[in-house]
Amino acid sequence: MSTRTVEPAADVDKPRTSRLVDLLRAREAGIGLLIVVLVGLTSLDNHHFLSANSIQQLLSGAALIALLGVGETLVIVTRNVDLSVGSVLGLSAYIVGDLFKHEHIPAWSGFLIAMTVGAGIGAVNGFITTVMRVPSLVVTLAMLYIVRGIDGVIVNGHIVNPTAIPHSFTAVGYQNLLGVPWLFIIVAGVVVVAAYAMRSYRASRDLYAIGSNPAAAALIGIPATRRVFAAFVISGTLAGLAGALFLALNAQVDNSAGQGYELQVIAAVVVGGVAIFGGSGTVVGAALGAVLLHTIQQALVALRISAFWNGAIAGGLLLAAIAFDRWLTLRNARKLASAEGAHRNV
Amino acid sequence: MSDVMTPTPPKVDAPAADSGARRLWSGVARWETGLLVVLFGVLIFGAAESSVFLTSSTLFFMGINIGYIAIMALPMTFVVMTGEIDLSVASMLGLSGAVVGDLWHHGWGIWPAFGVALLVGLAGGALNGLLVARFGLPSIAVTIGTLTLFRGLAEILLGSVTVPGIGDRLFPVSLTNIGVLPVGGTELSWSLLIFLILAMVFGVVLHATPLGRSMVAIGLQPEAAEFAGIRVTRIKFGLFVLSGLLSAFAGILLTLQNSSVSYNAGVGLELNVVAIALFGGVSIFGGRGTILGVVLSVAIIGSLQMALTQMQVQPEKQNIITGILLLLSVVIPNGGEVIGRLRARVRRGRSRSAA
Amino acid sequence: MTTDDDTGPRLVLSKAAKSFGPVAALVDGSITLYPGEAHALLGENGAGKSTLVKILAGVHYPDSGELLLDGAPVVFTGPAAARDAGVSIIYQEPSLFADLTVAENIFVGRQPLGARRRIDRAAMEREAAAIFRRLGVILDPRRLARALSVADQQIVEIAKALSLNASVLVMDEPTAALTSTEVERLFVVIRTLRAQGSAVMFISHRLEEVYSCCQRVTVMRDGSFVHTAPIEEITVDQIIRLMVGRDLESLFPKTVTEPGEVILEVQGLTSLGKFKDVSFTVRRGEIVALAGLVGAGRSEVARAVFGIDRHDGGSVRFHGSELPNGDPQSAMAAGVALVPEDRRQQGLVMDMGIDQNMALASLYPLSSFGIIRRSSEAELAMTWAGRLQLKFGRLRNAVSTLSGGNQQKVVLGKWLARAPKLLIIDEPTRGIDVGTKAEVHRILDGLVSDGMAVLMISSELPEVLGMADRVLVLREGRLTGEFSRAQATDDLIMRAATMASTDEAAA
Repeated sequence: MSTRTVEPAADVDKPRTSRLVDLLRAREAGIGLLIVVLVGLTSLDNHHFLSANSIQQLLSGAALIALLGVGETLVIVTRNVDLSVGSVLGLSAYIVGDLFKHEHIPAWSGFLIAMTVGAGIGAVNGFITTVMRVPSLVVTLAMLYIVRGIDGVIVNGHIVNPTAIPHSFTAVGYQNLLGVPWLFIIVAGVVVVAAYAMRSYRASRDLYAIGSNPAAAALIGIPATRRVFAAFVISGTLAGLAGALFLALNAQVDNSAGQGYELQVIAAVVVGGVAIFGGSGTVVGAALGAVLLHTIQQALVALRISAFWNGAIAGGLLLAAIAFDRWLTLRNARKLASAEGAHRNV
Repeated sequence: MSDVMTPTPPKVDAPAADSGARRLWSGVARWETGLLVVLFGVLIFGAAESSVFLTSSTLFFMGINIGYIAIMALPMTFVVMTGEIDLSVASMLGLSGAVVGDLWHHGWGIWPAFGVALLVGLAGGALNGLLVARFGLPSIAVTIGTLTLFRGLAEILLGSVTVPGIGDRLFPVSLTNIGVLPVGGTELSWSLLIFLILAMVFGVVLHATPLGRSMVAIGLQPEAAEFAGIRVTRIKFGLFVLSGLLSAFAGILLTLQNSSVSYNAGVGLELNVVAIALFGGVSIFGGRGTILGVVLSVAIIGSLQMALTQMQVQPEKQNIITGILLLLSVVIPNGGEVIGRLRARVRRGRSRSAA
Repeated sequence: MTTDDDTGPRLVLSKAAKSFGPVAALVDGSITLYPGEAHALLGENGAGKSTLVKILAGVHYPDSGELLLDGAPVVFTGPAAARDAGVSIIYQEPSLFADLTVAENIFVGRQPLGARRRIDRAAMEREAAAIFRRLGVILDPRRLARALSVADQQIVEIAKALSLNASVLVMDEPTAALTSTEVERLFVVIRTLRAQGSAVMFISHRLEEVYSCCQRVTVMRDGSFVHTAPIEEITVDQIIRLMVGRDLESLFPKTVTEPGEVILEVQGLTSLGKFKDVSFTVRRGEIVALAGLVGAGRSEVARAVFGIDRHDGGSVRFHGSELPNGDPQSAMAAGVALVPEDRRQQGLVMDMGIDQNMALASLYPLSSFGIIRRSSEAELAMTWAGRLQLKFGRLRNAVSTLSGGNQQKVVLGKWLARAPKLLIIDEPTRGIDVGTKAEVHRILDGLVSDGMAVLMISSELPEVLGMADRVLVLREGRLTGEFSRAQATDDLIMRAATMASTDEAAA
């Protein structure tokens, strides 16, 4: 009588197929496909687009947003948001640059310091959000201003120039390993580790549970305060790392670094299939979302279309992504309702 | 349920029952009072630190700096009131200016250009409203999308040029004077005067009309509002349209103020607009807030900016102050509750160790 | 039955009390659970059962009272503590994580770990599948919870409790959303659990279920323990009398009225997946009850008639003219009012004042030149607070400060202020104390005497039998019975509401 006793049974019999189908249906595959198609079509018109050099540029360009997207995903999955990432990137980049200039610290410590700065700001965000129970949108918006302000005060109109920065540090920005830029390797490493961790550890599954159903999460005793706090700290830390990479990539920094990144990051994350109201989405999706948005930008250049179209297309794509997600949800709900109806003979 | 032994329920203990509502009311009242105190503090601070602070030009330049932003904060208040947010306002401001610039560049008259810009504002707002109210998409994501989209359209229209550029006609002086001269006989900028008039209208609508009451109900409990026959979808749609329209209007004002347009006018201002509303006591969760609070918030942020500028404090430091104000505005109302919770935890810990 | 007399009780809760502000939800919560026994906790809605459950769950911390587990006093500092002590709760409404898989939902927070503390997904899914086999259901552990029906979600909740090897299993109306086959399956599982020595606490409104699976009964009323007895020593009538605690007459004042002309005519109303081909009429001066089990589609019919939801077929005629589909404003203008099921979410804006809530459906009539007249608003609230004998501090107070019964009066006042011709009222007395319950019934009776038509949805049979002039029964989205006041008995209504399940339960 019940459809459900039959239908899932089929699934159980063929687990491998369903796993493959899941993979193909996944958002990540769709975005990957979109990127490939976009690159393919563009290279038909402009053969240089598929050159190693161009692909390097593509990946490096998307890397910072992708990196910020990883942290942002962790936060958004818990039904929060971190608007301070752009400011944190700017501040940590400048602090490290300034230390290089005046204190001549070793190159490796630059990364450490940047991440520490980020972690600290993330901890403040996390503390106010979880312990004071202030909506993260407001907390991180305020933090965006405060951090940007501190950045401005420290920078005070100065610029850190390439000459001040150790070569071993900037090498990360321009050197390759077997043709792959170091920058990309680092970011890809973070994405892979994060993707693995988000799937395989209890604490990270807790993040999804918290975002999916906060009340139920509290009911079964998930330590939401600690988990959300950790998500903010990680987001801050990665924003700090992104600051160091920004410095390595550009070899100079002023107080405009990272300005406006926050909304770009959220756009990338949402295009990548992370639900803005929490509970679902993957870091791989978020990273691919960043790559897709950057690919569009590069494709416009390659196709000699005015770069001015970039914003409009990115905005349209974001709207399409949200609408698509909504359509999927509605379709699933309708399917479920009619299946239940059938089972009740309605 | 409160009384079990007798069949008639007891009269609810008046002081206890009152406390919830009174807390709410006095909370609201306290917030506006607090803002007023802060405003006086800022004025005294400004007068003490800057010899030119208590001059009429301060008021005028404050209007120039914040008037057009404050105008966008009014519809933002309404939108946030219903539990949504519109992050596309600054991009719409830019797009509106770009439309004016592009049409002017192509030989249109200034008034038809303004008209088209306002229509674009309506259409952009309608797009937001359609996606949020009709299709039920999350407004924060939608308006980040239209933020990018509108700014992108402005970029397509103008590119990197500034209008009027070389070879263009200049905007009519009679109009650009509106942007740079005070209203006759006063020291108010036109934008600030318009803001104040609009604020009065918005205040009446929010606090005394069925529409305003409906917005509060939607913000507090959307489902209950729907069951009371309030047209939730229609009202939300309307508010996004209003937000688009007034943002486009603010774009026209800014155009007149600058006597020129470029595609990136007002980039990032959306967050300032949100900050003004929230600092004014509008709850990000909807349903709570007053127009008076928003007006005081504008006055505080505007005069503080002026004072700091006159003291030659870097604009970056002003950012820090804006951020801290915003943070305090949400942390302070929560403070009591947080302390209560911590106390309860300590109490429970004690009784646990006793048990 | 199988109770071993040598073993003491597994869990004893005695004299637990819990108040929320001015509202005492539980005054004397006492229950004793024995290993190997299924124990039914019975009582009307609002009797304090759910509060008692939440105390056992560690969600609420009792103001006073004592909890013993295997003879030793314990304090549950939170849900995790209760879980770790071996107390598992299955709530009325499944609360799963929609974005996690079935297996993850079962094991969230305690997933089986492999090397380096990684989650061993294969093991997790295997274990989940094993539990489902024990339950006799087939459910893909890798499916997202989002894609499950309510019944399947309930099964996942049960599987979760089973996976905890709970020694105490509390089920708060687990059968409400299950089909008869699923209920049977659940009873088999309960039997298995008992055989393994677990103590089971079972809450249900269907007494026949209680008789077929429980060994002991405890009855609560108005937040207090009333009576406990082995199931063989107590009859259905005795249980009902203990639950209600007074004569039906005083609870259900009913004036016999002569119904007038037909005012509401529902023809073939259909909403895909919710209900199908529902036709009925309501006349002036009569109360028509819409009875049936939870989930039978009763509230959905009410929502469609009022226009909150759009329907997919059929028509709603009011006073001879058709109401537009999905347009509550038109229905309101025509004279229809709906007091919804969920008072706190749908009926009231909890943080608004009493006066503002009462005025919320009458804002335009209360305005002149577009401005709400405060004096008229206050007058409206005063009038209805008086007529409904509302117990309140000040009219400006938030409705959240009122007790459940008085909140319901505010919702009633909001709609009565519009002088509707048809009042649709969904669960008029859910979660209301007995005294106010009778008041609400008296109000309804008075309205009908004055010629109003009332369509009442109720899950409480005594209320249906006591108040209705006619009873319509809905089962799985279809009308399965119509009885006049004279014909209607609880047996007939239950049969029409459950049909298959009563037959099988009897077997």
